[in-house]
Amino acid sequence: MDQTVINIVFVGLSFALYIGIAIWARAGSTSDFYAAGRGVHPVTNGMATAADWMSAASFISMAGLIAFTGYDNSTYLMGWTGGYVLLALLLAPYLRKFGKYTVSEFIGDRFYSKTARLVAVICLIVASLTYVIGQMTGVGVAFGRFLEVDSTTGLLLGAVVVFAYAVFGGMKGVTYTQVAQYVVLIFAYTIPAVFIALQLTGTPIPALGLFGEHQASGEPLLQRLDQVVTDLGFNEYTAHNGDTFNMLLFTLSLMIGTAGLPHVIMRFFTVPRVSDARWSAGWALVFIALLYLTAPAVGAMARLNITELMWPNGTDGEAVAIETIESDPAYDWMPVWQQTGLLGWEDKNGDGRIQYYNDGDADMQARAEEAGWEGNELTNFNNDILVLANPEIANLPGWVIGLVAAGGIAAALSTAAGLLLAISSAVSHDLIKGQINPGISEKAELLSARIAMAVAIAVATWLGLNPPGFAAQTVALAFGLAAASIFPALMMGIFSTTINNRGAVAGMLAGLLVTLVYIFLHKGWFFIPDTNSFTDADPLLGTIKSTSFGAVGAAINFAVAYTVSSMTKPVPADIKDLVESVRVPRGAGSAQSH
Amino acid sequence: MAEHTHTTSQRVTSDGVAYWKANVRLIIGCLVIWALVSFGFGILLRPMLSGIQVGGTDIGFWFAQQGSILVFLALIFFYAWRMNRLDRQFGVDEE
Repeated sequence: MDQTVINIVFVGLSFALYIGIAIWARAGSTSDFYAAGRGVHPVTNGMATAADWMSAASFISMAGLIAFTGYDNSTYLMGWTGGYVLLALLLAPYLRKFGKYTVSEFIGDRFYSKTARLVAVICLIVASLTYVIGQMTGVGVAFGRFLEVDSTTGLLLGAVVVFAYAVFGGMKGVTYTQVAQYVVLIFAYTIPAVFIALQLTGTPIPALGLFGEHQASGEPLLQRLDQVVTDLGFNEYTAHNGDTFNMLLFTLSLMIGTAGLPHVIMRFFTVPRVSDARWSAGWALVFIALLYLTAPAVGAMARLNITELMWPNGTDGEAVAIETIESDPAYDWMPVWQQTGLLGWEDKNGDGRIQYYNDGDADMQARAEEAGWEGNELTNFNNDILVLANPEIANLPGWVIGLVAAGGIAAALSTAAGLLLAISSAVSHDLIKGQINPGISEKAELLSARIAMAVAIAVATWLGLNPPGFAAQTVALAFGLAAASIFPALMMGIFSTTINNRGAVAGMLAGLLVTLVYIFLHKGWFFIPDTNSFTDADPLLGTIKSTSFGAVGAAINFAVAYTVSSMTKPVPADIKDLVESVRVPRGAGSAQSH
Repeated sequence: MAEHTHTTSQRVTSDGVAYWKANVRLIIGCLVIWALVSFGFGILLRPMLSGIQVGGTDIGFWFAQQGSILVFLALIFFYAWRMNRLDRQFGVDEE
């Protein structure tokens, strides 16, 4: 059967599954649309949270970034899991005790200020919208491949599907749909990894295979990988090559941002009890870790496979011939991905072979001159295609490729839909009903939610055409924004009784604006290409890249909030009581509706 | 002003203060380990530990790519278990 047909069958079947479960679960309980997770076991809730959380960035993009950079991009692995520790220890149980549904409601009540609530809503929208741009990039890659069109067409088609999916609405709220999405996603990620780990190392567990033996050479896999990449003039895979300070800041930004993203925090508001909020965060991380422990193995093994495909006679032999690429089934993936515009090669010296090497490396330049090469000929290998192309690169059966297509789309859709719901409810519920027009009818509220969703997706799609980075990098910017604005406000709201309304508002605004300006200075104003004054290769402040600035923004937020609070009126006694009550589990009751 | 939904607005008792102090101590302890395995073993202390070899590389690489994640998991479950005990000990658990 043709691969495209298999892909469409798999994607179609997975959609049928989600819709089927949504209809079945709806018939059971028509109430509690938003209250995903109430009365749901912490393990189930953890699985659903994992599906909500793991997006195109985790599924499609992350392993590719690790593969082509190596050790230095371990930041993504540590950052996106370490945040759950902060969430479980510093936020989840207290926000559950507080007992309302949205992050901005907590900030509005704790800081006894409508302005604080409004600022929180703005922070939420800015961070979520940036996040959606990253998802759209991933959607474009996934749809581009499985429909075999260029990635721009893929993105536009994907946008239509995401919109329909998000408007269908209830899906997000149905925990069991997310459980199904998690199952599809995790199988799609791990099955090809198991095959590849078996091929390369003889171990069925990819996470162990990464530190195992490369069977073909008898050397440890990572040693072999270090060898072949350095042979071609690239940085040693396991070595630390970048700037240490930036690496620390980036990891910290991702961690804090994870704990500050509203669509994840929201899940802990509605678990049955405070103690469940603590357990739920742990279970969510268990299910996330299944993918995150596999990802570095996927990255390393794919890098090794690609290098060996490009140099079938060894790194000191002849490079792969163009004729082989065009005729050998093992190379079928290359012409297919070429159509998306995300993979490209060019025979610069006209020798009928494609030399893949680092042409910026002095030793390789010497070798190239001797051999008559005229630069790296694998001219374009978009990091975001790695995971989706991986089963094809390893020559796995067609059904595995179809499964991966379904998994990638599940990851992008579930998170994009979740974020769009968070944005639309923030606009319709917190902004319009809470601030502008409290007497709005339910019908008008719903309509404004839909309009907000349509606007958000249009903006994200337009910006997604010229994304500020690979999917995971764009998403990292969203985490920076959440880290600088939401997390500090929540943490101070719980752990301090002295931060007052003005302090919180000033802190959030300072953190958000400084971080946003720093990002725009490096990535272009509103991400419009060529409007940037600096680049991440040569950043404004020392070695701090725009993706790493979130931790600095958070520090500014804390400092400003503390300073302003100490200069203005102290916190009233009843708010101090509120903080004291949030700190103890007793008397939590069930979550209140708004 | 917004209305508050908490039903049992407890006044601070000496027990409440002790409970909160014990909790904060526990959080600080967990966060020290959290930072040690990721920022420490995974990044800053990696050169110092480079003598310890694991599967073709050094243990710092393992901590950065897998070890820290496993420790994070252990920390969250340990904290949840310990806090549930603390809740009962101070009589502030959910009835």
